[in-house]
Amino acid sequence: MQLTKKQIQHFYWRAGFGIGPKELDSLKGSTKTEIIDRLFKKSEVFQPLVLDFEHLKIDKKELSREEKKVFRKLQNKSMFDLSLHWFNHMTNTEQVLREKIVFFFHDHFAVRIKSPIANLHLNNIIRKHALGSFGEMLMEVSKSPAMISFLNNKQNKKDRPNENFAREVMELFSLGRDNVYTETDIKEAARAFTGWSYTQEGKFVFKQKQHDTGSKTFLGRTGNFTGDDIIRILLEEKQTARYLSEKMIDYLIGRKVSSTTTDMISSFFYKHQYDISVLVSGILATNEFIADESIGCKIKSPIELLVGISRLYNIEYKEPKVLIQIQRKLNQLLFFPPNVAGWTSGKGWIDSSTLMLRLQLSSMLLNFGVIEWDEKGDMPEQELIKAEKRRDKTQAKIEKRIKAYPDWNHFEKNIVSEENRLVEFLIQPDISNGARVTLENSDSQTLKDRSIEILSLPEYQLY
Amino acid sequence: MDRRDFIRNSAFASGMLFVPSFLKGMEFIDVNQLSGFKNVVIIQLSGGNDGLNTIIPYKNDIYHKLRPTIAKKENDILKLNDELGLNGNCQALKELYDNGEMTVINNVGYPNPNRSHFRSTDIWQTASGSNEYLKTGWVGRYLDANCQNPYEAIEHDSSLSLALKGKLKKGIAVTDPKQLFQSTREKYFKSIVEHTSPELLDEDNQGYLYKTMLETYSSADYIYERSKIYETSGTYPTTSFGKNLKGVADMIVSGLKTRMYYTSLGGFDSHVNQEMSQDRLLKVYSEAIGSFVNDLKKNDRFKDTLILTFSEFGRRVKENGSKGTDHGSANNITVIGGDLRQAGIYNNGPNLLDLDKNGDIRYEVDFRSVYATILNNWLEVDDQQVLNHSFDRLNFV
Repeated sequence: MQLTKKQIQHFYWRAGFGIGPKELDSLKGSTKTEIIDRLFKKSEVFQPLVLDFEHLKIDKKELSREEKKVFRKLQNKSMFDLSLHWFNHMTNTEQVLREKIVFFFHDHFAVRIKSPIANLHLNNIIRKHALGSFGEMLMEVSKSPAMISFLNNKQNKKDRPNENFAREVMELFSLGRDNVYTETDIKEAARAFTGWSYTQEGKFVFKQKQHDTGSKTFLGRTGNFTGDDIIRILLEEKQTARYLSEKMIDYLIGRKVSSTTTDMISSFFYKHQYDISVLVSGILATNEFIADESIGCKIKSPIELLVGISRLYNIEYKEPKVLIQIQRKLNQLLFFPPNVAGWTSGKGWIDSSTLMLRLQLSSMLLNFGVIEWDEKGDMPEQELIKAEKRRDKTQAKIEKRIKAYPDWNHFEKNIVSEENRLVEFLIQPDISNGARVTLENSDSQTLKDRSIEILSLPEYQLY
Repeated sequence: MDRRDFIRNSAFASGMLFVPSFLKGMEFIDVNQLSGFKNVVIIQLSGGNDGLNTIIPYKNDIYHKLRPTIAKKENDILKLNDELGLNGNCQALKELYDNGEMTVINNVGYPNPNRSHFRSTDIWQTASGSNEYLKTGWVGRYLDANCQNPYEAIEHDSSLSLALKGKLKKGIAVTDPKQLFQSTREKYFKSIVEHTSPELLDEDNQGYLYKTMLETYSSADYIYERSKIYETSGTYPTTSFGKNLKGVADMIVSGLKTRMYYTSLGGFDSHVNQEMSQDRLLKVYSEAIGSFVNDLKKNDRFKDTLILTFSEFGRRVKENGSKGTDHGSANNITVIGGDLRQAGIYNNGPNLLDLDKNGDIRYEVDFRSVYATILNNWLEVDDQQVLNHSFDRLNFV
């Protein structure tokens, strides 16, 4: 059965970051299977994200206090570079499905650490397995320096256990909160993970001397388990497949589905050894995914909103740091999740301040808008003090004009610009009466002005 | 017929202005009835304020021994009693203390303390345990349980903290009521709002976006119209924090139906050369508080106001190698108000002989007990409903 344009857009919004007018035209008349195949085909080849951090590969112990300070600054700056680099990749890549799934697991395995090298390494582990085996991803993520340091497995030693990772690997990464496991299972698992560490070069090491070799009883099984065994056992539990399936269904469909669908998807995922491509294509192929009720029912995350606009209009940012500010103000900055439980979702993104900013975003990005520079949040402390001083002196808010350059020629060439066609193309859900009347009363003429108006509707927040 | 169909079919609704009826739910408090309308001002000192150099155990040998370069000397401080004294930059606070308008609660914290700014801030703002990840804040849950309108909790900032986000309701962030008002009255935005019928909004995401939009629209109107009634004539320091508190005073004195105000002062993460940064910030804090309290007193609103000041954690007792201090755990907090039940030093100062394995102060008072006290004793609402658990209440109010 041929899909409508709206349905094709739905696929590209949910399994990507939207679709441009030209590509959409070229896919006219495609079937569901053809679109799903195409999404997978384009994302077939794994390529790591590359950024040069050679300047950070030095032995910190050798550094003087002054040098350490310089190093920390350099590290902070590199984290922002990394964050922007991935944002840029999301905006330009053809591998939209893969990046969309990486984005899912970036939140699932939420890590907040200072090292750009470890962050990038973890991000590439996720990217490598994004359409492959969840089991392998879980194992490699667990053994990454990023995760070992973030959840204190390095401090988890024989006779001095640290339960942080053992708890979260069950609560957040596999079984889901309060499912199957008990507090005793956490304690026993923590013993099994003792000895996991990494070298200065960022290689995983198993320190036999720090490992508790004794017998452990975990989820009803008894043995001299190691950390690898614990992860293997977690994957044996069907609940892990179920938890991941429910979470992915929510990510891709965004509303309640029948329990038959969830059962089917999760047993399929389990039977296929946690093959994520089976999970994702299974969900995309359901009737519930393509149902009218699903189209435009989700609130875009800040990243999806920003990448969506940037992709569609081929925006070139002359001062990309403004993207850090916007992401922060909207409460989602790549590589800086609030905590191990990850970001909020849905209605959680929306309050009066974020909504006002979201509605003004198109005029900011498409029409050189002004943004207030906000120093709150994770500014390194000294910077914050300096900022405070600066504000005390000047008494003025720090405002900056956004230097963003959309490619209007490109957009114009490929879009039919009659008013209702433009709305139809830009907006996924049905628009409200207030929005309709407002657009009808508008006397805007240019494609730019009309684009800005349509993107300023609350409906553009939905996909 | 679902809401979408309804909207689709309801072309007849076009041109009808629903906003005035929506505004009906708003209440201004008559200036004569202001007395007795209790409110709370919550101030976070962001970055982890060093409580030991704020309220100083100046007679304690261990304090001086562990802080050879940054300890405050006896003649640098403002003595509160034989044991504790205020940082010398806090003259205004000393006066409040002497007037019986300030309580110091020592050793406030929570079990298994977390030393990350982000995590510990979340714990304080959500009132969670350290192993619990909540997506709603305690002020937000107060709104959910007790309030009708977003402006019943206002954050004086450009973005809204997790503390003010409830499941159903969220507070409103504003720095400049006029600017917020103007941005919501921008022609295009206004048109959408005026052609939207709030009665049609259900709980799906589209409805939620419109509901938030209408609430912002009407709250902006409410806050702006109301707060311009009174503009304080009191003099405040020219710091941005001083301006924040002036903004809050305008709202309180104008009679906004707001119970909780939230604001913060940042820069307390003093790993290096602490003395310079912390002393300066405490001065900024103290001077602004002094002006704020005077202003409220002049308008007879101080007796109905409670000011809670906290930081996400205290700092390590032992100084580090850079004339600073690293992240610690339990800390002192202050409560300032014109109608305190127990003023002064509420409980014993920190026991520096019995530190935890990191060398940090052990907690004695759970911070959620402080919240429970404010909710129950001061705002007279059900504290358990907001905090999800029962915590012992204190009796500073």
